[in-house]
Amino acid sequence: MKPELNLNMKVLVVDDFATMRKIVRNILKQIGFTNIVEADDGANALSIIKQEKIDFVVTDWNMPNMTGLELLKNIRSTEKAKDMPVLMVTAEGLAENVVDAVKAGVDNYIVKPFTAETVQEKIEQIFAKRSANS
Amino acid sequence: MNVEFINPFLSATIGVLKTMAFTEVTAGKPFLKNDKISRGDVSGVVGITGPPNGSMSLTFSKECIMEIVSNMLGETFQEVTDDIKDAVGELSNMISGTARNDLGNKGYSFKTSIPTVVSGPGHEIRHMCKAPTIAIPFNTKAGPFVVEISFENGTPTKG
Repeated sequence: MKPELNLNMKVLVVDDFATMRKIVRNILKQIGFTNIVEADDGANALSIIKQEKIDFVVTDWNMPNMTGLELLKNIRSTEKAKDMPVLMVTAEGLAENVVDAVKAGVDNYIVKPFTAETVQEKIEQIFAKRSANS
Repeated sequence: MNVEFINPFLSATIGVLKTMAFTEVTAGKPFLKNDKISRGDVSGVVGITGPPNGSMSLTFSKECIMEIVSNMLGETFQEVTDDIKDAVGELSNMISGTARNDLGNKGYSFKTSIPTVVSGPGHEIRHMCKAPTIAIPFNTKAGPFVVEISFENGTPTKG
């Protein structure tokens, strides 16, 4: 049985391209999330995470200043955010990249291009797994 | 140029536009392009580092890209705005990334750069090497676009 998603969660969408942030935001809204904030690179994302109460991060990989992988490593080493669910949405689909992201503690991974259904499915998988482990 | 490098870019173009912009495209007959003048209104260019080094570009007609981005974002556009240019960059990023993954799965190792976007009538596309440029015209219901690929001769890194 699918766990019910907490649609009141505050979601941070991180991507250097405004287009992709908008696409992800639109999909999150379709799913039912209403509390969505954005950052255009990993460094800005980390600053928001430290200042605000973020519940879930959806991040790109290739970004200037701080990549999505570096952001993920920073999240996992920040006391306040170390258990935060992170979904990576990226063009980096090679097996070694996926392995790097898994080693760094990513919760789930989507390779671009993607459909809205895939995003919803991956998010549901994250929270089903976390619910089962809690 | 190794023709094995061309197909992944074509499949990636078709797949990305279908999945992200719900746009069906048909490929036309490839031709050799001997000048730098673009065949459209806005282009995204991505450098590719191998060896061999090369680059790819996507050039859209105004009508075509406005329809594609409208489909992607659920908004209507009348002009080539900054949002449209950003979308061309992201499309270039996704298409080159998908092709790179495909080539990577075949054992070829490439890196791709962050895309640059150029626009305006008759704008120039500067490929990263002096090798011949293969242009593949595509058509959509909203208008045409062109994919250009240029790779220098050289032995690819495999494995």
